[in-house]
Amino acid sequence: MTAHISNIARSKGDPKVIRSGPSSMGAADRLAKALGWFSIGLGLTELLAAGRIANALNMQGKESLVRAYGVRELGHGIVSLSPDKHLGLWSRVAGDGLDIATLMTAFRHDNPKRDNVGIALAAVLGVTVLDVIGAQAVSARHSRPQGRHRSYRDRSGFPQGLQSARGGARDFQTPADMRAAAPLAAVSDRAPQERARAH
Amino acid sequence: MRALVWHGKEDIRCDTVTDPEIEHPRDAIVKVTSCAICGSDLHLFHNFIPAMLPGDVMGHEMMGEVVEVGPDAKGKLKKGDRVVVPFTIICGECDQCKRGNFSVCQRSNRKKDIADKVFGHTTAGLFGYTHLTGGYPGGQAEYLRVPFADTTHIKVPDGIPDEKLLFLGDIFPTGWQAAVQCDIQPTDTVAIWGCGPVGQMAIRSAVLLGAQQVIAIDHLPERLEMAEAGGAITINFDEENVVERLNDLTDEEGPHKCIDAVGLESHVSPSMPDTVYDRAKQMLGVESDRPHILREMIYVCRPGGVISVPGVYGGLVDKIPMGVLMNKGLTIRTGQTHVNRWTDDLLRRIEEGQIDPSFVITHTVGLEEGPEMYKVFRDKQDSCVKVVLKP
Ligand SMILES: NC(=O)c1ccc[n+]([C@@H]2O[C@H](COP(=O)([O-])OP(=O)(O)OC[C@H]3O[C@@H](n4cnc5c(N)ncnc54)[C@H](O)[C@@H]3O)[C@@H](O)[C@H]2O)c1
Ligand SMILES: [Zn+2]
Ligand SMILES: [Zn+2]
Repeated sequence: MTAHISNIARSKGDPKVIRSGPSSMGAADRLAKALGWFSIGLGLTELLAAGRIANALNMQGKESLVRAYGVRELGHGIVSLSPDKHLGLWSRVAGDGLDIATLMTAFRHDNPKRDNVGIALAAVLGVTVLDVIGAQAVSARHSRPQGRHRSYRDRSGFPQGLQSARGGARDFQTPADMRAAAPLAAVSDRAPQERARAH
Repeated sequence: MRALVWHGKEDIRCDTVTDPEIEHPRDAIVKVTSCAICGSDLHLFHNFIPAMLPGDVMGHEMMGEVVEVGPDAKGKLKKGDRVVVPFTIICGECDQCKRGNFSVCQRSNRKKDIADKVFGHTTAGLFGYTHLTGGYPGGQAEYLRVPFADTTHIKVPDGIPDEKLLFLGDIFPTGWQAAVQCDIQPTDTVAIWGCGPVGQMAIRSAVLLGAQQVIAIDHLPERLEMAEAGGAITINFDEENVVERLNDLTDEEGPHKCIDAVGLESHVSPSMPDTVYDRAKQMLGVESDRPHILREMIYVCRPGGVISVPGVYGGLVDKIPMGVLMNKGLTIRTGQTHVNRWTDDLLRRIEEGQIDPSFVITHTVGLEEGPEMYKVFRDKQDSCVKVVLKP
């Protein structure tokens, strides 16, 4: 869709998308992206509606805590949407732990809003499962297996061997606009007028 | 036709798109026989270079056969010619082109007005790159329209496989210019950060140009091994302190010449705290690039030395020790590569067997596997160094 809108920036003879094919994004990346945006949404809600959230959970007086969690949630979101998304998702898992611990303190029998707290807890637990799955999947998809690698010991790139390659292009003349100061010995060997000239 | 298309951050797709058409009398159409994924494509993949748009065709390292020629390109090109296409589009007539400063051609950027505003002055049009450099569709595709085709090409002979010639369009002249900009003397130590494809070409170039000592820095064992095969002494920055080791290898004087073949996405690790700082700022959108290598080079380079920066930077960097740079009297040379300035000479060196750039290729796949290969190349999986695609 956006690919079609952006066609206004293209000229008549430029290729334009007819049909989209397979993407570099795997299922794990898409899940990370969704959870990243979820974090941003939740973070903004916690920041902007801290009072209503605290009220709903009967946690009056904890508005600042809710806002702080909102900022934290925005952080998770930004990292989850970046190329370092595995860090973002694992930070979300840690954040889920913190959310659960905090909600547990309000999950008391004497809390008249205990039902609301229960619903919130169930939601966080559900999202935690998704976060753990996402974090594991993203880590697996993008990790580099340790230890094993192919050997490139024979890839010198010099068909005539490394020894004959050393200095093999000394015939090349550095263009005037790319010259640097020559080593001291070379400078002092030269005639004075040459020395005075920019090398 | 099929092409690899940018749809957003980390979202490259193998799409069906309309065929490119000749728009201007100097255009030509090339049927792509081989193309490659470049480290610069990874900066676009991560959306670190501003002004990419969904629907942009990727790819700026490609070669193939000319299949259609606009009337004004006819004297210089004909159907059936085998060409490597340089990633910098050049008019061949402006003041900069006449000086050989092809990557800052004044006329090839079709979005010159935007570039003039953002950069102060326009630079050349580039294939498969941001709309700041023209937003020209790239060559990770079956067909490519080449603007200013009468000058924007490198004719190559039959009988040499694509694999040996393809990199004339980008990484070979890029590594070469990185070394040439250092004006290497027989007594020089040249230190090269990054053993990706560009670093590998810079190592070979510095060796050919006769450096006394070439030192290569990275942390991926397979890339370090390839660097060593090319004649470099290697430093693994996960295991050793780069500055200490470079000083050890140079009688505490530091390398004469330093090359940054990493660019704006320096590896992030708590052992290099400035990279964590940069990454955090980058995520918040208050710094676009991670300039760890620039800081390290300025610090370790011998006073009076040269810093050569082929590594791509996209925007704003923070905490560059300008005082050190100034007091040490260092020279910085940088830029997108003036590809055509070097290619006649480099083609001759390939033909004479002085160098065979195909050593760097580790993966060859079809276009439809391209999206997955972006991931493999980015994540450095399967010992991947360079991916070639066959449309
Ligand atoms: N100037 C030009 O015209 C031009 C042309 C082509 C590519 N480039 C740029 O050159 C750069 C390298 O391209 P590439 O294809 O080799 O990419 P690449 O991503 O394959 O290689 C980069 C290498 O740098 C290493 N690295 C990361 N942090 C490091 C550190 N702190 N110290 C040492 N090494 C470190 C990585 O491990 C990797 O091997 C990119 O920025 C690319 O955009 C510029
Ligand atoms: Zn490139
Ligand atoms: Zn020009």
